[in-house]
Amino acid sequence: MYVAVKGGERAISAAHAWLEETRRGDPAVPELSVAQIEQQMPLAVDRVMAEGSCHDRFLAALAIKQAKGDLIEAAFLLRAYRTTLPRFGASEPLDTARMRLRRRISATYKDLPGGQVLGPTFDYTHRLLDFALAAEGEPRASAPEGSAPVGEAPRVTELLTREGLMQREQAGDAEPGDLTRQPLSFPAARDARLQNLARGDEGFLLALGYSTQRGYGNAHPFVGEIRLGHVTVEFTPPELGFPVELGEIGITECQMVNQFKGSRTEPAQFTRGYGLVFGHGERRAMAMALVDRALRAQELGEDITAPAQDAEFVLYHSDNIEATGFVEHLKLPHYVDFQSELENLRTIRRAAEAALPEAAE
Amino acid sequence: MTALTAGFADPVLDAQATFRAVLEAMSRPGRVQRAGAGLRPPGPLNAAAAAVLLSLADADTPLWLDAGAEAEAWLRFHCGAPVVAAAGAAAFVLATRAAPALASLAQGSEEEPQQGATLVLQVAGLEEGAGWRLTGPGIAHEHRLRVAGAPPGFVAAWAANRAAFPCGVDVVLCAGEHLAALPRTVAIAEG
Amino acid sequence: MSTMEGYNFAYLDEATKRMIRRAILKAVAIPGHQIPFGAREMPLPYGWGTGGIQVTASILGPQDTLKVIDQGSDDTTNAISIRRFFRRVAGVATTEHTAEASIIQTRHRIPERPLREDQIIVYQVPQPEPLFRLEPRRAETKRLHALADYGLMHVRLYEDIARLGHIAKAYDYPVMVNGRYLMSPSPIPAFDNPKMDRMPALQLFGAGREKRIYAIPPYTEVRSLDFEDHPFRPIRAPHACALCRSTDTYLDEVITDDAGGRIFVCSDTDFCAERQAAAAPKEAAE
Repeated sequence: MYVAVKGGERAISAAHAWLEETRRGDPAVPELSVAQIEQQMPLAVDRVMAEGSCHDRFLAALAIKQAKGDLIEAAFLLRAYRTTLPRFGASEPLDTARMRLRRRISATYKDLPGGQVLGPTFDYTHRLLDFALAAEGEPRASAPEGSAPVGEAPRVTELLTREGLMQREQAGDAEPGDLTRQPLSFPAARDARLQNLARGDEGFLLALGYSTQRGYGNAHPFVGEIRLGHVTVEFTPPELGFPVELGEIGITECQMVNQFKGSRTEPAQFTRGYGLVFGHGERRAMAMALVDRALRAQELGEDITAPAQDAEFVLYHSDNIEATGFVEHLKLPHYVDFQSELENLRTIRRAAEAALPEAAE
Repeated sequence: MTALTAGFADPVLDAQATFRAVLEAMSRPGRVQRAGAGLRPPGPLNAAAAAVLLSLADADTPLWLDAGAEAEAWLRFHCGAPVVAAAGAAAFVLATRAAPALASLAQGSEEEPQQGATLVLQVAGLEEGAGWRLTGPGIAHEHRLRVAGAPPGFVAAWAANRAAFPCGVDVVLCAGEHLAALPRTVAIAEG
Repeated sequence: MSTMEGYNFAYLDEATKRMIRRAILKAVAIPGHQIPFGAREMPLPYGWGTGGIQVTASILGPQDTLKVIDQGSDDTTNAISIRRFFRRVAGVATTEHTAEASIIQTRHRIPERPLREDQIIVYQVPQPEPLFRLEPRRAETKRLHALADYGLMHVRLYEDIARLGHIAKAYDYPVMVNGRYLMSPSPIPAFDNPKMDRMPALQLFGAGREKRIYAIPPYTEVRSLDFEDHPFRPIRAPHACALCRSTDTYLDEVITDDAGGRIFVCSDTDFCAERQAAAAPKEAAE
């Protein structure tokens, strides 16, 4: 006699124990510390902070360890933690012109105030596997000390704006929206779009940004500037009424300069695509800047012809925590619905066979 | 100024119990629920209305009220809701005296009818089984509700409110430690 | 009161609960209309019931008894996982018996035993927009709901009739609520649709990833879309349950061997077990 399946509770516990075993791997190999991940996988940590929408290197490293190196899973862990934290308010806007720079490059000028600073980059490395890294314990040569950049490093886009060639962004005093508290609605304002992109999946942003370069959307981008470094975060407690410093965070900012032919109301000028992400995330910041500019098509009166310009399409599908959950939910049992589809199909087939008796013979 | 009286004794569980009372009231229009037992809000605020606002209003919900400075200070302290001067700009409207006209409150739009206001209306008494005849969603056949001290012309104003569906205002009637609700779908016939 | 170190009762913070509670009340006041809400990331993945979980967490109190089912069964892995979650974060009593529950969270089924006035059923909803296969743009579907313009859906159903002779939608079969809003009943089999009509219990729907909440108040008209000459017909496998012999419940098909062997058993495991228990003494006496 048939007995319905039972024992799901035991199966879940056993599966989780097994997962934990595979996370640790061979116990003969020393365990990774969270500090090691934080120090030696800094770009993975940065990506998890960006997509997890929470600037905390330690927690991001812990999440990577717990997620066995699955960065989307790690970002999910961080988001689920973030959502339980109390919200005190919004910081003052970051002033990236006053960034303590580690890297700053412009593709639009040969030289400029503050200079070009190459910084810690994979650019110009030859992608040859370094087998010396496999021989652990080798002390490595430290980087030579250079002289720190002297003087101010004004933002490139600011130079163009002063000349009247770059469209001026509208400054506002209103507190920007927050997608973690108010769901997206359309048309989505730029603050909501930028927040969405800053948390978006890096692969999705990269592919969309890339598509704008290949003719899907009318992009003519120049990298005005990429800057990487640390900025001060300030917060004004209502009871004090003046800003206090909370500390510093590492960020990457990319400003793309794009052609704009002008419209009836605006002269021909450059327009900006903007990318800002937690940590060192140059690829992400650049892709974000390309997509930001593409999403401005409507407000700039450009034809909307490409996926990257379609705000609903881009913003509803950029979040990898949402996407992975829904794609993966297909592995949950669906047998009730499948059963009604089966009966449905059988009914259709019976009706078709009855209608064509000769075909059945 | 005198010290404020306390809010919920257990902010988590009292808010939950009050919400369930309001949910039950909104789901079954005309059925009277209990809320706010033990609360001692400053007058003219009654216990049920105080409990409703403590459990639902906060910094995200603009509040309009006519209950005077003491009640306003109490609600500001315990809910943190921003008090607005125009009833039409409020998510929650607390009426303890002459209620503002339903049509003057936020109605929502055809696309976003949920932006219609919730009117917390203090009345003298609520009694099941007699008075108005209520029909509509949430009601199997008919619920009777006697409301002592409803604003004059309320039933006619309500008919206009209901006719604007899906836009409109939802009402929570509060008397002492009792409440009943009128979602915008309910039809009222005078009994 | 807290049952898990560092977390609030029922996991969500109070501000989030208030936001969800306000959305639920407006949902009840506007039956079938989708209310956007600021869904939070939950410690379970989107698509795995986060909307239902947030609704349940916002209504749940210590006096409640919770039942969680997935595919009609209390013992499917995701149902177990969600029930475990609430035991952990709210310490509430749980049950597998429909009759004992004050709140029932479900994925894909409505219990066979009729629900009562003192019960609330919370549906997990993957896709709250009934028009999404016909019009993926939410800005556009929002407009269609505002206009009550549901021609797209009628055309889609009529095309089935023209091509196949009947409406071929077997689950997530669209309904009209209180004669005004077209609504997704969530992916329950069409067999369950009639149970929604004038149900004595309050029905709440939560879609976490899509960030929408909607509701059907008790005793509200819920009509499955159909045509006069092609009335709605619920589908079930035309068999009796192999365990309790019921002929009017929804059945799962279980493959018993690789030679075409199969049996049909009730999808609602609690209902089936109760029927078997009730029949057992009688049979023993015979």
